[in-house]
Amino acid sequence: MISINNLSKTYATGFRALKNINLEIKRGEIFALLGPNGAGKTTLIGIVCGILKPSEGTVTVDGHDIIADYRAARSLIGLVPQELHTDAFESVWATVSFSRGLFNKPKNPAYVEKILRALSLWDKKDNRIMTLSGGMKRRVLIAKALSHEPQVLFLDEPTAGVDVELRKDMWQVVRDLRASGVTIILTTHYIEEAEDMADRVGVISKGEIILVEDKAELMHKLGKKQLILQLQKKLDVLPPALAAHNLTLAKDGTELVFTYDTQAERTGVTAMLSALSAADIRFRDLSTTQSSLEDIFVGLVSER
Amino acid sequence: MMNLRAAGAIYKFEMARTGRTIWQSVVSPVLSTSLYFVVFGAAIGSRITEIEGVNYGAFIVPGLIMLTLLTQSTMNASFGIYFPRFTGTIYEILSAPISGIEIAIGYVGAAATKSIILGLIILATSFLFVPLHIAHPFWMLAFLVLTSITFSLLGFIIGIWADGFEKLQIIPLLIITPLTFLGGTFYSTSVLPPLWQKITLFNPVVYLISGFRWSFFEISDVSHTVSIGMTLLFLAICLAVVWWIFKTGYKLKN
Repeated sequence: MISINNLSKTYATGFRALKNINLEIKRGEIFALLGPNGAGKTTLIGIVCGILKPSEGTVTVDGHDIIADYRAARSLIGLVPQELHTDAFESVWATVSFSRGLFNKPKNPAYVEKILRALSLWDKKDNRIMTLSGGMKRRVLIAKALSHEPQVLFLDEPTAGVDVELRKDMWQVVRDLRASGVTIILTTHYIEEAEDMADRVGVISKGEIILVEDKAELMHKLGKKQLILQLQKKLDVLPPALAAHNLTLAKDGTELVFTYDTQAERTGVTAMLSALSAADIRFRDLSTTQSSLEDIFVGLVSER
Repeated sequence: MMNLRAAGAIYKFEMARTGRTIWQSVVSPVLSTSLYFVVFGAAIGSRITEIEGVNYGAFIVPGLIMLTLLTQSTMNASFGIYFPRFTGTIYEILSAPISGIEIAIGYVGAAATKSIILGLIILATSFLFVPLHIAHPFWMLAFLVLTSITFSLLGFIIGIWADGFEKLQIIPLLIITPLTFLGGTFYSTSVLPPLWQKITLFNPVVYLISGFRWSFFEISDVSHTVSIGMTLLFLAICLAVVWWIFKTGYKLKN
């Protein structure tokens, strides 16, 4: 759906925000673009949406070049920006209708009503935007982005500063959109949301895409599982007999942590437990943890 | 194919803004101009003899209308495009399938419409104060429309150039208003000493006021043909600058 080839962006200050980005977004998927602050996420979205000019490279949306064929390309895109940019004095209805007109769509009050109802904004349709809460303003931005029935939706930090209830509502709207065939690209700092929502994940750091992977594959490849044993007696050092097992002492010697790959043919759990028994090390409780997308993300970014 | 719906959406948005601020946008300039009529037309004007056979109160009508047209067109158009840049809502215009021409039609069209309406209201008001006759109604309207469009384009350029509210005000307040006052709003440049008459010709507003006054009374400081030519020249210059802005993305797109 979106094809980004050798895209670079250097600002007038000389700062190189994007370095030779190559990325393919598949039709109908939810793609999560993750990266620390200043990594280039918003610059990348800005270029695809036409707000910023690329320095090098090409971008096409459903085969339409974003510069040579900008009308066709932009008609397909809806953008929910990170900042709450709204026309304070306009009513909700007027601003959403304005957005629809900007994107060359004829008036369709029934459709606008449908969006406002889906986003729980119908009761506020005649309210001035300045009277709305931050969360409601965020909904208005989503309504504006959806007003022209886009095929691609960019959500740049859509849940920043939004309460739990609204987040749930918004993700339900996103799921419904995906079900209707809309391609969704989202950036978020709440990585658990990306883990929950995304089909694929891209990680950008210092202007470079460092990883693009199917989320399940990524979790499989990079995800680790840990078995934590709470010991009955504190250990000062790990006995040499246990050195062959992937064990580490934690919490001042009161816990043993065993790290293993759940997908491996032999996880080594049985052998490790036998070795513990042979060494007369007893434990009073145990628990397991699995690394989250956030752990994977932090690991990837900190490696660079 | 042009996206006229987008131009229409911007136009309606801007006109709605005017409607919301009717006291500031319409009532205030009309009241200010009426005060000029009272002070210069009735109070002081009664002690001034006719200028080239025209009652002084009537003589200043074209200049006063032009003063309103120039300042209001510039300020309204500059604010129209600067405000979304200031609040950040410009992102939506930039990401929409809309060309520079359509953006300009929306903002400049609305600012010019407002100025034309204001000009006509002031003209209608002036009939209450002074005896007035319009010799060339077509040319009067042509000057009214062309000047409104030209200075709305100038305002649009200022709104894109400005990076603060002070810059937004500098040109209308420190350049356009003085040039209008010195451009023959309240007097015929023929009363000036010869040297100042020549210097005045470097003031572009002289041509606008002179041409506009000719359409009322068939009297002018410079030939009305030159006035029409100069008005079209200013229009062409402003159009060229706006075209360049959208070609390069100046101050709109990094």
